[in-house]
Amino acid sequence: MNYINEMTLEFDSHSINEGFARSAVAAFCVQLNPTLDEITDIKTAVSEAVTNCVVHAYPKKTGKISIWVGLTSARDVDIKISDAGVGISDFEKAREPFFTTKPDEERAGMGFTVMESFMNSVVLRKNGDRGVVVEMRKTLTHKKCVALGGEND
Amino acid sequence: MQVNAKIYQETLYLQVAGELDEHTAHYARMAMDNQLESADFKQVIIDLSKLEFMDSTGIGVLIGRYKKMKQKNIPIFISNPSVQADKIFRMTALYDVMPKIN
Repeated sequence: MNYINEMTLEFDSHSINEGFARSAVAAFCVQLNPTLDEITDIKTAVSEAVTNCVVHAYPKKTGKISIWVGLTSARDVDIKISDAGVGISDFEKAREPFFTTKPDEERAGMGFTVMESFMNSVVLRKNGDRGVVVEMRKTLTHKKCVALGGEND
Repeated sequence: MQVNAKIYQETLYLQVAGELDEHTAHYARMAMDNQLESADFKQVIIDLSKLEFMDSTGIGVLIGRYKKMKQKNIPIFISNPSVQADKIFRMTALYDVMPKIN
């Protein structure tokens, strides 16, 4: 895949960083001139994935969360969110709507379902021998990209 | 995150403003429960017109409040969700227990 622009972020798994993470990714995507709805979809999906890292990957200690974003001239936004936490033993189960490992904490178990519905694709992988990588793609609707001088017209 | 409340004609209006995520959920629960514990209303309307962001954490927060009010037979209604909040509410069938009103 040829990316016209990429960025990487790494931050601690504090819940206060959820807002920072989704806003930073949204700000990076603005150069593709997305619609407001597309930006909010991306923010919501990023927030779900980062929340999973904060709550589930690092339940007891603070760890690192990293986000990579790549933009293509075909208006794809590719996002990888990875952690080195406890991992997910059953990916299929984790993706089921309403499945949660913490039912006593008022959790909806809808994180992956929301990511799937707001993005075009969501793939879960093991991150080496520790943690999880969530790979998501959203293809933005076609319109002239102002920041790139309309080169992807 | 801010929760504003007023009671008018036996209806408790809760306006949830700002961003509702894992970081702010604890405060949102506390602030809403503070208002829900007062006894002089017959229904609750949660106004989301000033909610700037919500992810699925919001579902857990709302369902938790629904369960508390159900014990008292007090219905909760949702008003003015954003496009994304509305999508999340539909996929979780939240409106079955907390109907959307205009």
